[in-house]
Amino acid sequence: MTAAVKVEGLRKTYGSLVAVDGISFDVREKEIFGMVGPNGAGKTTTIECLEGLRNRDDGRLAILGYDPRREGQELRERIGVQLQQSSLPDDIKVSEALDLFASFFRKAVEWPPLIDLLGLAEKRNARFAKLSGGQKQRLFIALALVNDPDLVFLDELTTGLDPHARRAMWDLVRTIRDRGKTVFLTTHYMEEAEELCDRVLVIDHGRVVALDTPDNLIRGLDAGTRIVFTAEEGYDPKPLESVAGVVKVEKAGAKVFVTGSGERLVVLVVDALDAANVRFRDLRTERPDLKDVFLTLTK
Amino acid sequence: MRGLWKLTRMEALLYLREPMASFFTLIFPVLLLFLFGSIYGNKPNPFFGGRGTVDASTPAYMAIIIGSTALMSIPIGMSTYRERGVLRRFRATPLQPGAIIMAEIIVHFAMTLLGAVLLVAAARLVYGLNFGGNAALVFLGFMLSSLSFFAVGFLVASLAPNARVANIIGMVLYFPNLFLSGATFPKEMFPPAVKAVGKFIPMTYVVSLLQGLWFGEPLDKNLLAVVVLGGLLIVGGIVSAMAFRWE
Repeated sequence: MTAAVKVEGLRKTYGSLVAVDGISFDVREKEIFGMVGPNGAGKTTTIECLEGLRNRDDGRLAILGYDPRREGQELRERIGVQLQQSSLPDDIKVSEALDLFASFFRKAVEWPPLIDLLGLAEKRNARFAKLSGGQKQRLFIALALVNDPDLVFLDELTTGLDPHARRAMWDLVRTIRDRGKTVFLTTHYMEEAEELCDRVLVIDHGRVVALDTPDNLIRGLDAGTRIVFTAEEGYDPKPLESVAGVVKVEKAGAKVFVTGSGERLVVLVVDALDAANVRFRDLRTERPDLKDVFLTLTK
Repeated sequence: MRGLWKLTRMEALLYLREPMASFFTLIFPVLLLFLFGSIYGNKPNPFFGGRGTVDASTPAYMAIIIGSTALMSIPIGMSTYRERGVLRRFRATPLQPGAIIMAEIIVHFAMTLLGAVLLVAAARLVYGLNFGGNAALVFLGFMLSSLSFFAVGFLVASLAPNARVANIIGMVLYFPNLFLSGATFPKEMFPPAVKAVGKFIPMTYVVSLLQGLWFGEPLDKNLLAVVVLGGLLIVGGIVSAMAFRWE
């Protein structure tokens, strides 16, 4: 696999503030690559340096083989960009916006199939100001695809969307990848990164904290399994600490949380409860998710 | 320049979709013409050195039109685009900044020209406007005046931190230019002190150049106005190109 994006030692400072502090990573062709990190971790600065909207202070970048600083014009012919903060004139119509943006590129696709794909066909004559948040977001994606780019940047694509619209957006991102494009996205939602991304880059304070598939990141956390159940009033879970494999026992209200590892953990815990004649209900097991990884890595 | 034509067409459409934006450019000067025309008519008037009120006012009112596009439409339009992230979105494409500026200049000049044509047509049809100059020279003088004020408008857009401030700066520049240059109230009625202040108001030179060319004065009689406006165009153009900001 070749790399669509190569970043080596990227650094960007604003005065005395170091926004990006020497980060390196590769993005493979045709993967959905996610970048996550707390607010102010340097996500937007990084993505803007890659897009050529901001000049880096140091480091080497090859985006589709181009240096965004020296070859920004050529690079922008080949990438699609959805920005976190941008807008269009209120009175521009959907079809006019696509027509206009298509004219900026040397090579552009026929856009009517694009608005079909994005579910905007009925809105083609609607003015920008009259669109809902989700529709505006879909229009921006259409604009990002109008030049048939090899690499698409999506910066906080689903922020502010309701759960339905977010799910629809995920399907759309997969469709974009299935059409042979590389997707580079940033998000605040860990379930989004876990669901959607082939690999996730975690950054904090301008540095790389981790980079792997969501599964490997979660496994790497080594957090084991968590058993949750609701116990009868006055129950003291302390005896469970002596069950083989149990690492930690916590109680919050009527809920008991038992963390541990081992294949027989659940059986042993249930046996222990049964032997002590404890009445319990709603027992379930929880696997840690990417949110736990995020909270652990970016303290 | 790729994208220029579509962008220009789009900007023109958007301009026409915002009817309030064209009031000062297309309607207000004609209303002013009707107001003073209905009071004084267009008979030879010793106050204007024997010229008719409408004949003297029509070229002066063109300065109102130029000011409205240059000092109101351009600063508000450009700074709104910047504030809302429209320029940012354009920047993420291969579109050159020059194409954006060019499209703005073409559309605003076309609107300014349309305003002037409407004004002249109304003055001609209703008051029998007289013209004693060379049409090509008047057009060139009009273009020089427009472009030098556009340069100021782009500069205001670049220096203002947001659209609201751009609007205020635009108005602060527009109204003194309007009232002290002779564009609305004829210079002939100003006391000497106001006339002296007027020498430092750039629009004074637009009014004197357009009136001079309108009545067929030779160009060398208007050399000072050409130099002032040409200087404004060059300096304003360079400074606003340097000050241009995407965001």
